[in-house]
Amino acid sequence: MNRLDLTRSPLGMSLLRGRWPQFLLRAVTLAGFIFTILAGLFGSVVGSHNFAIIFVWVAWWTALKLVFIPFGGRSWCAICPIPMPGEWLQNGGIMRRRGGAGLGLGKRWPKALKGTWMQAGGFLLIGLFGAVTLTSARITAIVLLFILALALVLSLLFERRSFCNYLCPIGGFTGLYAQAAPVELRVKDPEICAVHEEKTCYTACPWGQYPLALKTSANCGLCMECLRVCPSDNLAVNLRPWGSDLGPKTKPRLDDTFLALVMLASALIDSAVFLGPWGQLKQAAYTIGSAGWFIFVAAFLAVGLVILPGLYALSVRLAQGAEQTWSDLRKHLAYYSQVLIPLGLMAWIAFTTSFAFVKFGYVLPVVSDPLGWGWKLLGITRAAGVGQVTTFSLILQVVLLMVGLFWSSRVARRISASARQAAPLIGFSSLFTLAMLWLLIG
Amino acid sequence: MMRNEKLARWIVVALILMAVAIPVGGLWLKRSNVNVIELHARTPENGGWSMNTIQARVGQPITLQMTSDDVVHGFAVGKSDMLTWVNIIPGETVETTLTFDHPGKYTFYCTRWCGTNHWRMHGEIIVTGDGDPLPADPVPLYLQYHLDIDAPHLAKVIPASPPSAERGARFESMLPAYVTEEQTYLLNSPADLWQRLRQEPALADLSDMDIWDVVRWVWDKQTSAKSQSLGIKMFMALAAAAHGAAGKGDGVMVRGLPEMSHETMGRKLVRPPDFTDPHVLLGASPAILEGKIIRGGMGTGMPSWGAILSREQIRSIIGYLYTIAWDSIK
Repeated sequence: MNRLDLTRSPLGMSLLRGRWPQFLLRAVTLAGFIFTILAGLFGSVVGSHNFAIIFVWVAWWTALKLVFIPFGGRSWCAICPIPMPGEWLQNGGIMRRRGGAGLGLGKRWPKALKGTWMQAGGFLLIGLFGAVTLTSARITAIVLLFILALALVLSLLFERRSFCNYLCPIGGFTGLYAQAAPVELRVKDPEICAVHEEKTCYTACPWGQYPLALKTSANCGLCMECLRVCPSDNLAVNLRPWGSDLGPKTKPRLDDTFLALVMLASALIDSAVFLGPWGQLKQAAYTIGSAGWFIFVAAFLAVGLVILPGLYALSVRLAQGAEQTWSDLRKHLAYYSQVLIPLGLMAWIAFTTSFAFVKFGYVLPVVSDPLGWGWKLLGITRAAGVGQVTTFSLILQVVLLMVGLFWSSRVARRISASARQAAPLIGFSSLFTLAMLWLLIG
Repeated sequence: MMRNEKLARWIVVALILMAVAIPVGGLWLKRSNVNVIELHARTPENGGWSMNTIQARVGQPITLQMTSDDVVHGFAVGKSDMLTWVNIIPGETVETTLTFDHPGKYTFYCTRWCGTNHWRMHGEIIVTGDGDPLPADPVPLYLQYHLDIDAPHLAKVIPASPPSAERGARFESMLPAYVTEEQTYLLNSPADLWQRLRQEPALADLSDMDIWDVVRWVWDKQTSAKSQSLGIKMFMALAAAAHGAAGKGDGVMVRGLPEMSHETMGRKLVRPPDFTDPHVLLGASPAILEGKIIRGGMGTGMPSWGAILSREQIRSIIGYLYTIAWDSIK
C-alpha cells in the first residue's frame, strides 16, 4: 500500500502521542495570538509596521497556504490556539483527556446548523469586508478577539469543538483541501475495532468524529487524542499520495460543493481587488457603506452565488448528458465538486505566492518593532521596503495554476465514466484557470 | 499527573503574561517619560498635528517622537535652518530634540506637501522661562513704505536679449551713488531701475541693452552663490508644489484651477502667475515680493509665510525668483 505510517518510528510515535510537544506549540500560538490582538489594538495604525497585519495576513496566511495545508492537511488545527481555552475548560485541565470532570453544558449542536454552510458564508462575509480588515490593524485585532471569545462561549455551551466544526471560516477550507493533502489519520486494522465495545476513540475526539470509521480527512483536526487513548494502538498517521480522498467512491455533500465554489469565487475576486490595477474597484471595496461598496458586494455575490455556480452546474449538466444519466442533479452536483478541490487549492497557493514573496520583507522588521513604536528588538534600524515582483514569482504562479488545472482534470477523468463525460468539467476548470492567469499574470 | 498539570498551567500563564507585558510595558514606559513628547502627524483633513500646542521651558531640551498616521509629512520649527528639517514617514518613528534659548512663541509646521490643506498644518511651541525674548523681525518693507502689494506689476519694458552682469560691470564708474545702495534694490523693480537709469544724463550714451546689463549687475550684487543655493532649495521644498518646479505656475497642487485674471481675482482659488514670463517678476520690487511672501492671501491660495520663514530665507528665495525671470529671457 502507498502509505507511510509515522507511528511506526519510535520518534514519530513519541512526538505524536506525547502531550508536551503539542501543548508547547499550542501555548506559544495562544500567547502569540493574544500578543497579536494587543499589537493590533495598541500598535501603529500603519499596517506594514504592525505585527498584527504582517503576521496574520502575510506570515501565518502564507504558512497556512504554502506549508500547513498542502503538506499537512488540517495540521494547523492541531496547534491552533483559538479553541484551546474552551477545550481546557471542557476537559477540566490542560493535560486532562476528554470525558472527565469539566465545565460546560455540553449541548448537541443543532442539526439544522450542521455542515459547512456557515463556514462558506463566513468566508464570503470576510471577503466582503476584506479590504478594510486586511489593511486595518485595529479591525484585524477586533476580529481575532471576537473569534476567540466566540469559540470560548460556544465551548461552554456546546459539546466538543463546535466553533471549529461549524463556524471557523479557516476550518472550512482547510478541511476541504485536506482531502487532497498528503497526511491522514486512519485505523490500521478494522477487525480490532469491530470487537472493541467501548469505542474510546470517539469519546476522546474533540471533533466528534468516529476515528474507527474515518474515510476522509476533511473533519479530522489531527489532534491525536484518539491515538492516545486507543488500547490497541490501532490508529496510524499516514503519509500518503496527494489527492487520496478524491475518487469515484467519495461522496461529497452539497454544502461542500457550495464551499468549494465560494473558495473559487473568492480567489477570483480577491485577485481582482487586491492585485488588480483597478483603483476604483479597490476604492469601492474599501469604502464600506458607500454606493460603490454596495455595487462591489452585489458583484461579489453575483459571481459567488450565481455566475460561478451557474457555470459549474452547466458543466455538470453537460457531463450528465454525455452519458445520458440525466436524473438526480443534486447528487451529481455534489459528486463532481471533487474536481474543484485541487483547482481551488492551487489557485489559492498561486494567489498567496503573488503577494507573499513581495511582502515577506516586512516580517523581520516587524518582529524587531512589532508595534511600530521605533523599537529595535532585533537591532534592525532600516525599515523594510516592499519587494519587487520577480520573473521567478510570475513563472511559479503559472506553474502552480497549470498544476491545478491538470490535477483537477485528472480527478475529473478518474471520477467520470468516460473522457467525454469529464470534458465539460475540464472545460470549467480551464475557464477558471484562464481567468486566474489573466488576473495574476496578465 | 497533577505535577504535569500544574506545570502546564504555569507555562500558559507565563507565556500569556509575556505577551501582555510587551505592549503594556512599552506603553507605560512611553507615558512615564515626561520630556519625550509623542507627536502624530496627520493631514489637516485627518485632524492635523495631534498636539497643536507644545509647552517648553527655556534651556530645557524636549524630545519629539514623531510618526505619521497617514502620508509622508515633515517637521520644522519656523525660521530654522533647512538642515534641521525632519521627514516623518508613516509607521516609523523619528526623534528630534529641541532646545530653546529664548522665551516666546515658535511656530512648527509640516515641510512636505501632504494634501490641499498642507499649508494649514501649523502648531505652536510656547516657551516660557527667563531670558530676553527673540528679537522681533523688522516691520515688512511693504508696510514701512505703504506699498500696495496687490496692485498689478507687469513690467512695461523688458530686455530684448539676456542681460549680462559681466557686461554691466564695465559701467560701474559711470553710475550715480544711489544705484548700488541696498534701498534702491529693495524698493525698485528691475524695470523701475531701468527707467530711472534710462533718464540719467550721465548714461545717455548707453544703449538700452547696456542699461539692462547694469540692472542685472546691480541685482546680482545683492545676492550670492550661497543665497541662490538656499533659495533654490527652499523654492523646491516649499513652493514648487504649487508654483511648479520651473516657476510656471503649473504645480501639482494647482492643476485644474483657473488662471489668474480680472474675473477670477479675489473670487476663487487661481493658478499662480507664470514666473517664466519676464514681465511678471521684472516689474516687481523685492519689497513687493517680500510682502507677498510674508502676508500671502491676495485673493489666491497663497499661504502666509511670515511665521515660517526668516527674513534671510525670504531674501534668498526672492534672489532665486529673479534668477528665474532673468533666465527666461530668450
